Amino acid sequence: MDLRFTPEEIALRDEVRAFCKTAQPESIRRKLILGQHLAREDYVTWQRILDAKGWGAPHWPREWGGKGWSAVQLYIFNEELQRAPALLPDLHNTGQVGPVIIAFGTEKQKRRFLPRIRNLDYWFCQGFSEPGAGSDLASLKTSAVRDGDDYVVNGEKTWTTYAHMADWMFALVRTDPTAKKQKGISYLLIDLKTPGVTIRPIITMGGVHRINEVFLDNVRVPVENRIGEDNRGWEYAKYLMGNSRTNVVRLGLARAHVERAKQLATHVMVNGTPLSENERFREKLAAVEIELKAIEITIMRIVAERMKNPGYQQDPKSSILKLKASELHQIATEILLEVAGPLAMPAQPEFLELETDLSIGPGWAASAAPTYFMNRSWTIAGGSSEIQRNIIAKRILGL
Amino acid sequence: MDFDLSEEQRLLKESIDRLMRDRYGFEQRKVYARQPDGWSRELWRQYADLGLLGLPFDPQYGGFGGGPVETMILMEAFGKALVLDPYFATVILAGGCIRIAGSEAQKTALLPKIAEGKLLGAFAHSERDSRYDLADVQTTARKDGAGWVLDGEKTVVIHGDCADKLIVSARVSGGPRDEDGIGLFVVDGKAAGVSRKGYPTQDSLRAADIALKGVKIAAGDVLGEPGKAYAHIERVAQSAIASLCAEAVGGMQEMLDITVEYLKTRQQFGVPIGSFQALQHRAVDMLVATEQARSMAMFAAMMIDEKDPVERSKAISACKVHIGKSARYVGQQSIQLHGAIGMTQEYKVGHYFIRSTMIEMLFGDTDHHLAALAKAGGLIAPASAA
Repeated sequence: MDLRFTPEEIALRDEVRAFCKTAQPESIRRKLILGQHLAREDYVTWQRILDAKGWGAPHWPREWGGKGWSAVQLYIFNEELQRAPALLPDLHNTGQVGPVIIAFGTEKQKRRFLPRIRNLDYWFCQGFSEPGAGSDLASLKTSAVRDGDDYVVNGEKTWTTYAHMADWMFALVRTDPTAKKQKGISYLLIDLKTPGVTIRPIITMGGVHRINEVFLDNVRVPVENRIGEDNRGWEYAKYLMGNSRTNVVRLGLARAHVERAKQLATHVMVNGTPLSENERFREKLAAVEIELKAIEITIMRIVAERMKNPGYQQDPKSSILKLKASELHQIATEILLEVAGPLAMPAQPEFLELETDLSIGPGWAASAAPTYFMNRSWTIAGGSSEIQRNIIAKRILGL
Repeated sequence: MDFDLSEEQRLLKESIDRLMRDRYGFEQRKVYARQPDGWSRELWRQYADLGLLGLPFDPQYGGFGGGPVETMILMEAFGKALVLDPYFATVILAGGCIRIAGSEAQKTALLPKIAEGKLLGAFAHSERDSRYDLADVQTTARKDGAGWVLDGEKTVVIHGDCADKLIVSARVSGGPRDEDGIGLFVVDGKAAGVSRKGYPTQDSLRAADIALKGVKIAAGDVLGEPGKAYAHIERVAQSAIASLCAEAVGGMQEMLDITVEYLKTRQQFGVPIGSFQALQHRAVDMLVATEQARSMAMFAAMMIDEKDPVERSKAISACKVHIGKSARYVGQQSIQLHGAIGMTQEYKVGHYFIRSTMIEMLFGDTDHHLAALAKAGGLIAPASAA
């Protein structure tokens, strides 16, 4: 037993670290540090820089442009990007729809979609949730009725992250209304430029536009854009959920927030002394750092276990990570907000949207509150904490 | 990164687990507790035969040559079985003092005896007012010819009642809480001037308050340089914490397992109570706390050999904080989820709860170590200025 990284793993870490320093456009780095909103071009630019290096989807098999990386290598890569800070390859694309196409797609689908997903020529958003199907996802109602070589899709998807930036949507739709809940669902790739698709923004607390409603009104989707077989979409979606949770934890981001809070606290004065010297503040931070250390090791334990059984698989233990890491994300941004204190009060959407360079007060404080508000979603999206607890209770504890 | 046990470690784990299963059932434990020492001398001999009593000692001193991982494996199994034996006192604490601070001659004289099961030890360090401050030593050591004379009182010395040799800390010089000026002395349990008052502790272990009145110590019974023992004491405390973390994890896993089993079998309102979501989610949080604690016990084992003393001390404090909090959580929930039956002495779960409560108080509680870690700057360095 040795909890340290091997020399090869350390070499990879250093390589990624050096690459982020030199290859990432400074304008993107600056926005990430200040919590300003990134434009579509920023995501695409960076993804293409990564892809040119061979890191667009490094955990994919080599034949599809990946590096065939192990879970540990991917973990190190993700951690380093988050620490830079740099954007990670979009989870919905390289982490979800990509692996599903690799596992269940036809040769033709693989050739068409995979290279384009890797460089974000095709940006996919996830069409799972509906107004009536949240935690109870399998009750989804969006229907797809076969008509010749097409499906005709009708319904409404919601909470759809980045639908306004995306070109495509991978969607779960009901193809057999008579079958039992999970059994009548299929997995379709929908071109968002198809007539009948309407995207409406949902503005979240703090004035942020990240999520959307997507209305599907007699949208014709060619049958060739169905993944796998009819009525087996639930299996395909579920297959990568356990997997994606290991990557979804993105702990490096929480860690980076803590590092940043510690640095900023040296500039914030409390009764004439820096906040960073305040005993209560230091203990509060230390407690969070301890939890972070524990989850870091727990993640590595689970990742190491997965290495023994390569290939994607459902692992209920990943729910432990989702549960714990999402709480830490929230606590980390909570602490950043507390560091900013009253400096976080001015609402500055123009600064965050880059319509102005000037901020009221220090630039770093402008995003503290909106980021904190937005991060309440960590324990809701991707299977709420309560759903994770249900999964653990059933599948690990056998209750 | 490698979380697997080596073949040797796996065999060690299997043999300890088997021994505990065969010899340390809850009913058998009650029998051991009623023996004069409060534990089984016969089982102690078996530990010696299996090489467990020399587990962390080098082979040249009759030891097994095990490292922190081997100790972790053993202590976790002991935590699961709730062992009553003076292993922690003898091997981890007294053995640790000798191993870390002792001269070649002292190690050669004492460690093989411990490994053979012929010598019991205890670490007589804590005093009435010292609480968790390792440097707060008021017992005095006065130079007397070539030797020393000890005077003072030690309190709640774990298994100090039966120890053949006491490792006593005493102040050679300096003020009452100075790190400098502390010495470690090997004192025979039966030496003139030593009086011991033994008693059971809450967790059915034994301890003693020990008075030292003009106890004469030969020059050869000082461990290391007199006055410079603080660094050694700190290292012994750190190994002690690492082993307590592993023991606590064993106990937490057991509390979780017992509780989940109860949730599956106990019927109310015509259904197993484990079908209620409120209880399921509580059990899940117990599992998460246990797994996180297990990670921290591994971290503790890894950091025991860390060369940088600041990093080592911060890491060990972090582990003690985590274990303290999570064991308290798991313990309290295990009682709550059982309801009234969990409160009774005849039922197993309460005994784990009690032991984990005592573990939190050994070698610094949660608040103590959180304050220490916070003061030292935490585990994560601040970002460099953007």
